[in-house]
Amino acid sequence: MITLGQDELAKYPFLADAGQYLKDKGFTLEQFGSDPDLKLIVDKAVHRIEVAADGKIYKSDIVDAHAAKDASLPREVFSFLLAVVLLKLSGMNTLIKRFALAEARRAEKYLEKDLVNISERDDLAIEILRDLFYMNVKKHDENFVIPASDYLKHAVSFHEREWKLVNRRVERGLVFLTPHETVRLVRKELGNYINSKIHNATIPTMSDAFKEPVKRLNSIAKKFPTTIVSSTEYPPCIKHAIEVLEKEENLSHSGRFMLGTFLLGRGQSVEQIAPLFKNAPDYNEKVTLYQLNHLAGSSGSRTEYVCPSCEKLKRQDLCYIIPECDGIINPIQFGKKKTINA
Amino acid sequence: MHENDLKLLEETFKKYYFDHFDLIHVPPRSAEREFGYQKFNSGMIRHLTIKNDKELHLMLMNNVPSDVYCSNAYYSFPNLPMEEKDWKEANLIFDIDAKDLNLDCRNDHICKKCRSCQEVFVNLSECPNCQSKKLDQRSLTCKNCIHAVKQEVKKLFSILIDDLGIEQNNIQVFFSGNEGFHIYALNTQYEKLGSRERADLVDYLMLRGTIPETFGFKKFKSERSSFPDFDEKGWKGRVAEYLFGSKSKRSKLITKILADGYSSFQKQLEDVKEAVGIKIDPNVTIDIHRIFRLPGSLNSKSGLTKQKCENVDTFDPFSDACFIDDKPTEVLANCPSSFELKNKKFGPFKNEKVLIPKFAAIYMICKGLATSTW
Repeated sequence: MITLGQDELAKYPFLADAGQYLKDKGFTLEQFGSDPDLKLIVDKAVHRIEVAADGKIYKSDIVDAHAAKDASLPREVFSFLLAVVLLKLSGMNTLIKRFALAEARRAEKYLEKDLVNISERDDLAIEILRDLFYMNVKKHDENFVIPASDYLKHAVSFHEREWKLVNRRVERGLVFLTPHETVRLVRKELGNYINSKIHNATIPTMSDAFKEPVKRLNSIAKKFPTTIVSSTEYPPCIKHAIEVLEKEENLSHSGRFMLGTFLLGRGQSVEQIAPLFKNAPDYNEKVTLYQLNHLAGSSGSRTEYVCPSCEKLKRQDLCYIIPECDGIINPIQFGKKKTINA
Repeated sequence: MHENDLKLLEETFKKYYFDHFDLIHVPPRSAEREFGYQKFNSGMIRHLTIKNDKELHLMLMNNVPSDVYCSNAYYSFPNLPMEEKDWKEANLIFDIDAKDLNLDCRNDHICKKCRSCQEVFVNLSECPNCQSKKLDQRSLTCKNCIHAVKQEVKKLFSILIDDLGIEQNNIQVFFSGNEGFHIYALNTQYEKLGSRERADLVDYLMLRGTIPETFGFKKFKSERSSFPDFDEKGWKGRVAEYLFGSKSKRSKLITKILADGYSSFQKQLEDVKEAVGIKIDPNVTIDIHRIFRLPGSLNSKSGLTKQKCENVDTFDPFSDACFIDDKPTEVLANCPSSFELKNKKFGPFKNEKVLIPKFAAIYMICKGLATSTW
């Protein structure tokens, strides 16, 4: 259990138990709606969300981990808690996502600073990383080390090559990281953590004072459009697999799996797909139909298999990447440009 | 498979299992593992639980399997369908196989069998008899193959210890029973890793997905001092050794690398990967639900045993993993390449009846290069 002081709560407000915090400070949610002095904090909360919606990081009043004024620390926490209340009332997932991400980026900055200034007396950053994200970090000279298994659990969700284990310094089962990298490793999880905290919070009752800010949030959320552009062109990996079969060459088991699941995923039927394999050196109609039906989930375990990710296909030497593949993580997404923010 | 071959194989395998219960045991925490087996001419039977040696030996005697497997994973309910097993964790396993090493010697001992006319030959890409390209391949592994695989095993062994921090006494090496070696890392920090994490671990071992920056070449303002040196640990040191050859050449070669540019270095890293990356079979390590050949069991591709190697250097699979008896056995052999077992050379045989020790007869029948004359 992490115990937090006031300045720590201001840095990591998502660690606060909202109800308890308000109670400890002697406030009720209703007061924020009625008290004109507290109204400022509601405005601050809206601002905090607006900044996040713009993809920026909210700048707080905390200067070098100390409050500019005594009152600003609780204000930091209140504005976060009220932002959550307003988001819950608006029900706009797109804003919740953006807010969670921006707050995660903000906390990331503090975590990094705290990690650099770590001391025997104060190891909150290490505690947060361990208790919230199951990452065992130890200081090692200017750097930090974490067990390779912990590293892998967090780094696998990154697509940039620099995060692959092979591009890291690894010694005796430990991965060496700078403070920035250490914290960067949990960015997504930090976002998810904040996101789930907001999702799990109960929806408060709407009061008159919150109606206007909530309306404002709804209009901000509508700014984010949804566009889907589709094309029916096959990605290069699939084209290559079809070419191999056309040339009567052998396509590996994983290549056949990719082709079958891809075409099924694009809505083709087993009967439409089966003739493609006719040229395979070991073609057997019965076996092909059986295997395709298995992939489609119409026989065997009834599991519908999906096309492997680009990452997996790269490992299987089935990837023939072209610039049009940019931004996709599965061949099935090829040709579909997607911008969904709502 | 011909009836006579089937009968001979089943009889021989049963005798082996009966005579060698001492070699075949369930692994630790066996009640949490999934077992499976195959019978000759039949499909896979899996999702079994075998709790102890007695149950295992009984299964072997009752079913006379051609191959026996056991999961590297631990489950709450190993005998339920895959999605209900409740996966807990899995040992880290590696397979290094001669077929993945692209060795020149393989042209001489990969026997190709035409699917259309059954002609058997070596060194040709189509059937000399009917020109068909639909061929089955059977490799008669040679000493050179085994030597090369052993070198890879040793490379893997040192990276597992030095880089991944695995204790030496937690690493076990087994001859696979055919063309390679299986390596197990037990009780490690990696047991709970899923497939995706293991895939990244595989890339690490195979040196796949490197970027020039890792080895000191930045896109902008690259500095000579950031290139790796010989005494550095991990891949940096090993890559430095491969790239520069000797300390005296380092400076000159860095100048050349910088002059050739970033993309050229990126391509060079591909060559480095081919040369020094460990040639493990990625699928084996990534698959966390695999059932893997059980130590002590026979491999139906050869009739040899999956046998533990206490000393990789001195282990000779052609003798140390060959446990089938030497009773004279007559077979009709069509084996265009020679092979060696228990320090005796056999073949080549051109469609001829030969009386040879049973272990050699079984070896050829398993490879599809002989049939029993019973």
